[in-house]
Amino acid sequence: MDKLLKLLDTNARLTTAQMAAMLNTTVEDVEAKMAKLEQDGVVRAYKALIDWERTNREYVTAVIELRVTPKRDYGFEGIAETVMRFDEVESVYLMSGGYDLLVTVTGRTFKEVSMFVAKRLSTLDSVISTATHFVLRRYKESGVMFLGEQKDERGVF
Amino acid sequence: MDYSKVLNTTLASLPPSGIRRFFDIANEVKADDMISLSIGEPDFATPWHIREKGIASLEQGKTWYSANAGLLELREAIARRIARHTAVEFDPRSEVVVTVGGSEALDIGIRALVNTGDEVLIPSPSFVCYAPLVSMAGGVPVSIVTKAENGFRLTAEELREAITPRTKLLILPFPNNPTGAVMRREHLEAIAAVLRDTDIMVISDEIYGALTYGNAPHVSAVQIDGLRERTLLVDGFSKAYAMTGWRLGYICGPEPVMKQVVKLHQYAIMCAPTTAQHAAIEAMEHGDEDIAYMRGEYDARRRLILQELNDMGLTCFEPEGAFYVFPSIQATGLSSEEFCEQLLLRHHVAIVPGTAFGDGGEGFARISYCYSVNHIMEAMKRIRRFLQELKEETR
Repeated sequence: MDKLLKLLDTNARLTTAQMAAMLNTTVEDVEAKMAKLEQDGVVRAYKALIDWERTNREYVTAVIELRVTPKRDYGFEGIAETVMRFDEVESVYLMSGGYDLLVTVTGRTFKEVSMFVAKRLSTLDSVISTATHFVLRRYKESGVMFLGEQKDERGVF
Repeated sequence: MDYSKVLNTTLASLPPSGIRRFFDIANEVKADDMISLSIGEPDFATPWHIREKGIASLEQGKTWYSANAGLLELREAIARRIARHTAVEFDPRSEVVVTVGGSEALDIGIRALVNTGDEVLIPSPSFVCYAPLVSMAGGVPVSIVTKAENGFRLTAEELREAITPRTKLLILPFPNNPTGAVMRREHLEAIAAVLRDTDIMVISDEIYGALTYGNAPHVSAVQIDGLRERTLLVDGFSKAYAMTGWRLGYICGPEPVMKQVVKLHQYAIMCAPTTAQHAAIEAMEHGDEDIAYMRGEYDARRRLILQELNDMGLTCFEPEGAFYVFPSIQATGLSSEEFCEQLLLRHHVAIVPGTAFGDGGEGFARISYCYSVNHIMEAMKRIRRFLQELKEETR
């Protein structure tokens, strides 16, 4: 199972026949395992990793540090659930250290993101404070380098 | 000055490497989308802990020559590793020499044995260096063409037929570049039976020994009764540990031969690079996990590429070692050179024609899988398209 996950983690576009060949097993076996992984919620989605900077999409991303008051009985889950329901929010992590939640927000402009933070996040009951950092450039994401081309420096023997 | 008169005539008459010749053609094709499945070296960098030992040796100023035969510590580590994997003991003081890559090991091994006119048997297709090295040593290279139906293995009958009273040496190039053929224990035993009671020596080039796939582990020629006493074992760090650029290999064999081998090494080379030797000690002692990881990766790609090729109708013998596949392209009706050249010019994919690897290579092409899966898949897509085109053209 680990090997299948590793394959999917690096390239989810291989066909089941190709994966079966690489894992030395049958197509049926790969399909069954993938179905199980999806069913168990281990594999949450298959999606492309896009370098939006190479497109003409107008967009801006910010990471926001949220300090919040945990609720009785719910801890941080309650507030996390509220935050993650916003479409603007890409990711939500519970953090150790100086703040509690790290939230990634994407919008079309700086202003749009700032307004979202000011109007929707800061105003939530349990939010004590926010600190917004805008992303200037993505060099690497999910293990894939976005900067430059990977050149093969090997000689020719 | 007429340079044609000053050159060594044997050398001048040697053809340049067929691989190199094809790369020269490839280099002339200027295309941004050129992709290659032709390189015969790992796409992994040397594992960090090995590099670190090389760096540390430089930091500590260990920049002197080593003993001619190599750092004793390294020779001991080599002997230990061989013993660990084969249960065969070599005396690190007298039976192991550290060389500048497996290439030097082959050269000095051949030169230590071959007299003018001696015949050297070379299973073919195989790596490009054997015959030229034999010629330069004054010997006569005699190729034995291995066959796809035998899994490109050398058979006892083929060997027996090739032996003459002048036969001095047999090269055993397994696991084989370019075919991926592997000699299992029973195949080596059959070879040993032919050589027993002769004075024919063997150089077993096991540079890909650590890269053998399937459940059966690699069997070295030195493990075979009847071969140990006549075999010079050549291996190195390049392929198994992804250390090609460090240029380090070794040769092990019976003391009377090694005494001569070390003399050649001493006069021509002095000693292998010391920094590389320090790194290599780490590789020998703590590199088994790295090999296991890389072998796993190669194995997955090997299966993938094999299934793709067979799926598109290029029948392919299943390679059991090294990191190449050697599909037959005969069904296309093109020669190896034509096939590779057309593929290069039309679809910008570089692979090496089988003819670059000597007799028996016609009708085949070598494809390396020292590349990422994405890279391999793109190349496969293009080869598939190329075959489709060829089919439509002949219609």
